Amino acid sequence: MATVSETLPQIAEETLATREPLTPAQLAWRRFRRHKMAMFGLLLMVLLIVYVVGGAFVFDEKYANFVNTSIKLQAPSQAHPFGTDAVGRDILARTIYGGQISLIIGLAAVSVALVAGVVIGALSGYYGGWVDGILMRFTEAMLNIPQLFLLIIAAKYLGDKIQNFSAFGREFSGSVIVIIVIIGLDSWMYLARIVRSQFLSLKEQEFVTAARCTGTPSMAIIAYHILPNSVAPIIVNATLGVANAILTEAYISFLGLGVRQPTATWGNMLEDANRYLETAPWMWFFPGMMILITVLAINFVGDGLRDALDPRARVE
Amino acid sequence: MPTILQVQNLQTRFKTYDGLVYAVNGISYDLNEGETLGVVGESGCGKSVSMLSIMGLIPQPPGQIAGGQALYHGSDLLKKSDAEMRHIRGKEVAMVFQDPMTSLNPVLTIGFQISEALQLHMAMNADQARHRTIELLEMVGMSQADRAFDNYPHQFSGGMRQRAMIAMAIACMPQILIADEPTTALDVTIQAQIVELVKRLRDEIGMAIIWITHDLGIIAGLAQRVIVMYAGFIVEHASVDEVYDNPRHPYTISLLGALPRVDMSREERLTSIPGLPPNLIGLPKGCPFAPRCRFVVDRCRQENPPLIAVAPNHEIACWVNVQTGDLR
Repeated sequence: MATVSETLPQIAEETLATREPLTPAQLAWRRFRRHKMAMFGLLLMVLLIVYVVGGAFVFDEKYANFVNTSIKLQAPSQAHPFGTDAVGRDILARTIYGGQISLIIGLAAVSVALVAGVVIGALSGYYGGWVDGILMRFTEAMLNIPQLFLLIIAAKYLGDKIQNFSAFGREFSGSVIVIIVIIGLDSWMYLARIVRSQFLSLKEQEFVTAARCTGTPSMAIIAYHILPNSVAPIIVNATLGVANAILTEAYISFLGLGVRQPTATWGNMLEDANRYLETAPWMWFFPGMMILITVLAINFVGDGLRDALDPRARVE
Repeated sequence: MPTILQVQNLQTRFKTYDGLVYAVNGISYDLNEGETLGVVGESGCGKSVSMLSIMGLIPQPPGQIAGGQALYHGSDLLKKSDAEMRHIRGKEVAMVFQDPMTSLNPVLTIGFQISEALQLHMAMNADQARHRTIELLEMVGMSQADRAFDNYPHQFSGGMRQRAMIAMAIACMPQILIADEPTTALDVTIQAQIVELVKRLRDEIGMAIIWITHDLGIIAGLAQRVIVMYAGFIVEHASVDEVYDNPRHPYTISLLGALPRVDMSREERLTSIPGLPPNLIGLPKGCPFAPRCRFVVDRCRQENPPLIAVAPNHEIACWVNVQTGDLR
């Protein structure tokens, strides 16, 4: 009994102090914080970003791409903590620069998928009828094409079409853009379906009728009234999509159709390691671990976001 | 007073898998400037659908407006394009909905939702719209209006949300306010406050109101004329005093009989109407109320009675004169 009477005033004081109502984002952050694995994933993601961004200040890109065959295939040592690859490049530096590319590809490809998926899903769900029919048949057609097959064909024919360019003070292979676009254009379909289903139910809500009643144009209703109500599943799906895009990049690069050398990515580092699986395991171990950690971290965060943003859909 | 809205023979239908639903079957009425018209009827009798038809908010398909006119200042709203209607909705004709819990967008601030109409129709910039919105919130009796602007709907009670909805509806000083059961979801004290608020605003702005409800008590103190609807038809149309003192359609009589009254003795029981409202799939042969009617005669099952004047300012659709028992 004593404990109850002691804690009660404390609670009252706390509610008084936090009387300013919480915004939806603050509520979501509260729930997210309680999710241990998600917080762990978030920590991993922060560390990864520190690693690929901070590492760039320790090693410069020339060093990462510097070929010195006299020190090729060296096991991890003090000079090269992650060892060297088949042409003597430092694997530690390459995982840093490769990580930048892999993360950029992941984020950018999801952005492409996000734009395509949201636009197609929103138009399809809001307008319905023949618009919906055409867009959804197109979506299904895209889903029917085996993803890897499409990626290989697209990468093979478009891979060299774009010139190298520089951004953020470093030189990028033009193939980065190609890979971003083809991964993006190959992964919007599930997002489009999710957005469509959200729009189908939200457009029947009374607040949409109320908005139409004040003379709001359709595009404004789609963008300001319905879309903000469906951000939760979109964010969750996009987050998980980043992990998928990074994995997909690794697949294509592993098949030798991804980002061209000397630009490193985790995927094409694995491809290099293909012939030395047993003789130089450090060549695949480190980039492989980076992919593993990244995908794991993103999936943990995605799970946490799902619980935080949509408490009703929680499956315990 | 000059007529502002003239609805003639409005017919709205819905295509469903079970067949054509005849939701509104040729209703006609006038609305005068500054007047309040009550529309009464049970759920599913076509009250809301007839209003949404006028606003051009019936989803087509499955809905279709099969005929009729809705002349607003002489021009037919039913023939206007969606782009033209957008300039009328919210600006000339506004609407308040039944459930303030669902008719405000949960992820947008109250202020955004009200000022949107001002920016759309009144060519205001964000600052002017904000200023005006806070004035409107004060007009509808919202406390701390400047703080309320940035708050989300979930931070308000039902009554406050309905006040915000009303602020949204009157933002552009519309000529007509359609109130679709705006008090049904509120408790009785809040109901009274909202009715008083709307009365005050009506007199300040000078707008005409169409007030849809199934609460006959609210209509008595608010409206000048009443339309009673049943199964998509108008069955009685009269001044408010006539309807209460001298109801002539059997359905209206039954409705009033089902209403508790202060002057009723404790032993008296409320009467309910036997049977269920008709299925609206397919037009009924004869009078739609015939299966539930106490005064039914053979002709009722054969022919649907038209709306005819039986007294000054009093029209009913019935073959029987219930006061005398004579047939018409």
